[in-house]
Amino acid sequence: MSDWATPPADPLLAIEGLSVQLPVEGEVRTVLHDVTLSVGAGEAVGLVGESGSGKSMTARAVARLLPRGARCDGAIRFDGRDVAALKGADLRAYRGEVAMVFQDPRAHVNPVRTIGDFMIEALRSVRGVEPAAARRRAITALADLGIGDGERRMAQYPHELSGGLLQRVMIAGMLLTEPRLVLADEPTTALDVTTQADVMAILDELRRERGLALLFITHDLELAGAVCDRTAVMYAGQIVETRASALLQDDPLHPYTASLAAARPAVDVTVPRLAAIPGRPVSAFEAPAGCAFAPRCAHAIDACRAERPALEELDGGRVRCVRARELRGRLVEAPEVSHHG
Amino acid sequence: MSTSTPAVSVRALRAGRRRLAANRVVAYGCAAIVALAVLLAVFGPMLAPHDPNASNLSNAFVGPVAGHPLGYDGQGRDLLSRLLTGARTAMLGPFIVVVVSVAVGAALAVIAAWRGGWVDSVVSTVLDILFAFPAILLAILAAAVFGAGLTAPTLALAVAYTPYVARVLRGAALRERARDYIAACEVQGLPAVAIWWRHLVRNLLPLIVAQATLTFGYAMVDFAAISYLGLGVQPPTADWGVMVATGQAGVLQGYPAESLSAGLCVVVVVVAVNLLGERLAERDGEGR
Repeated sequence: MSDWATPPADPLLAIEGLSVQLPVEGEVRTVLHDVTLSVGAGEAVGLVGESGSGKSMTARAVARLLPRGARCDGAIRFDGRDVAALKGADLRAYRGEVAMVFQDPRAHVNPVRTIGDFMIEALRSVRGVEPAAARRRAITALADLGIGDGERRMAQYPHELSGGLLQRVMIAGMLLTEPRLVLADEPTTALDVTTQADVMAILDELRRERGLALLFITHDLELAGAVCDRTAVMYAGQIVETRASALLQDDPLHPYTASLAAARPAVDVTVPRLAAIPGRPVSAFEAPAGCAFAPRCAHAIDACRAERPALEELDGGRVRCVRARELRGRLVEAPEVSHHG
Repeated sequence: MSTSTPAVSVRALRAGRRRLAANRVVAYGCAAIVALAVLLAVFGPMLAPHDPNASNLSNAFVGPVAGHPLGYDGQGRDLLSRLLTGARTAMLGPFIVVVVSVAVGAALAVIAAWRGGWVDSVVSTVLDILFAFPAILLAILAAAVFGAGLTAPTLALAVAYTPYVARVLRGAALRERARDYIAACEVQGLPAVAIWWRHLVRNLLPLIVAQATLTFGYAMVDFAAISYLGLGVQPPTADWGVMVATGQAGVLQGYPAESLSAGLCVVVVVVAVNLLGERLAERDGEGR
């Protein structure tokens, strides 16, 4: 894991200074601001943040699934190609190399077609595999995900399958076309807890086996830490910190990450009251002029409110905080500090 | 006799029709009538016991006799044979109109919903303009240009009905386009045409069938009207609309059999087709 502590020099996916604006009710709103992130071949990168922080929007931008009328600045490069410029057959070929696992599998599969139709379709029309061969491969792929009776499952409809099983089917289908990058958008959020662990374990194992790059989106800091080599933390449409997952919780660089880690309940510690971050999360378009987190930050000073900090290298990670250097090592105790102050 | 009275009764009629369409027995009856009508359209001319155009003026307006269960029309032609032969002409036109308007309408709807933006604006605007022309007016225009016959009204009605079909399907296609599974298909790298056929059109199929049946009913009435006006199929060709028109003379002389029987055929088929279409559309709505 430590091999990946720093961003790779020649990444498979490179997002550079990505800003996205969407027209909402007649006004143009910024949903992503200056997102810079890279995923190396075979690397797993986590993308963590609260709801509305822009995690899914980032993945959608990579998959070219942004809503109509969205304006994109900055660059997304996949294997050296400019993703924004892809069209027609090139775009389809790119999408064959990038697979996406969605939060709600049931909404993302055509309800009136069988599992078999779903599994075989991409193989047939994107890879041009013969029907019989495609069937065989689909059944093998289901078996790889621990679904033994593939033959029977192929004839079933999505509504006949449980959520966990359907998500495994989706993952199997996605892996059939042998993608190089997987965008997993909260793949376990809609599942119950025990199924979550199963699906996550399978996804992680397959990824390692096949050397897939993974961009794993979640709001679970711990889960991201367990699965990913590096983790990026998003707040208000910006990346505030990117760091080796192993270091993220115990040695965070940004006050927001530290507060998130402190707010997390632990099984082995009894506290009278869970720590919370004061205020409420803001969206990118309502973020203040300076640091977006400044209004809720225990360490904010005037300089924080003056101008938006840039994403800077620090200790093998990246952080968007003007006081990052100065606060080094003092952040983990942050909640106590704010208490007495 | 206030102006609001008809509006209320129209609403009550609509509700009644919906209740009727929802009745299982009525639905099966309608399906049976439609099936029979289709069989008549295909085999009717072969089933005719006599030559539909053989006339014997001494038999004019003669009522039912042995071998001629419906009697003769004003020109002494066998009425049953004319009804059976006319079934094909009466239904061929609407059938072609349905095929063309549904195919073109569905294609426009899918393209407009898929591409959105200016493509959608152009398609919608063109459809809105076409809405301004009543079907009958277009048919009269077409008859003036191409001459009376089956071709002119078919062409005109196909053009006139396409916007109705396209508008309904566009709305449904837009709704379907925005659903997540379509995005999942896109992100798998499926070609757009594959997504249109196997997902969009496939999932719109119940609505397409419902639209087709409703359109068939309306087109049939319009064809009958056009024939009645003398702009459609020309006598002596047997056709239900033409028979309503030529039977007029008989009605005035107290022999309404020809007009009545042909008119009844049109009404029965149209009502059956419409109720069936209504039921199909309703069921599609429940499925959502």
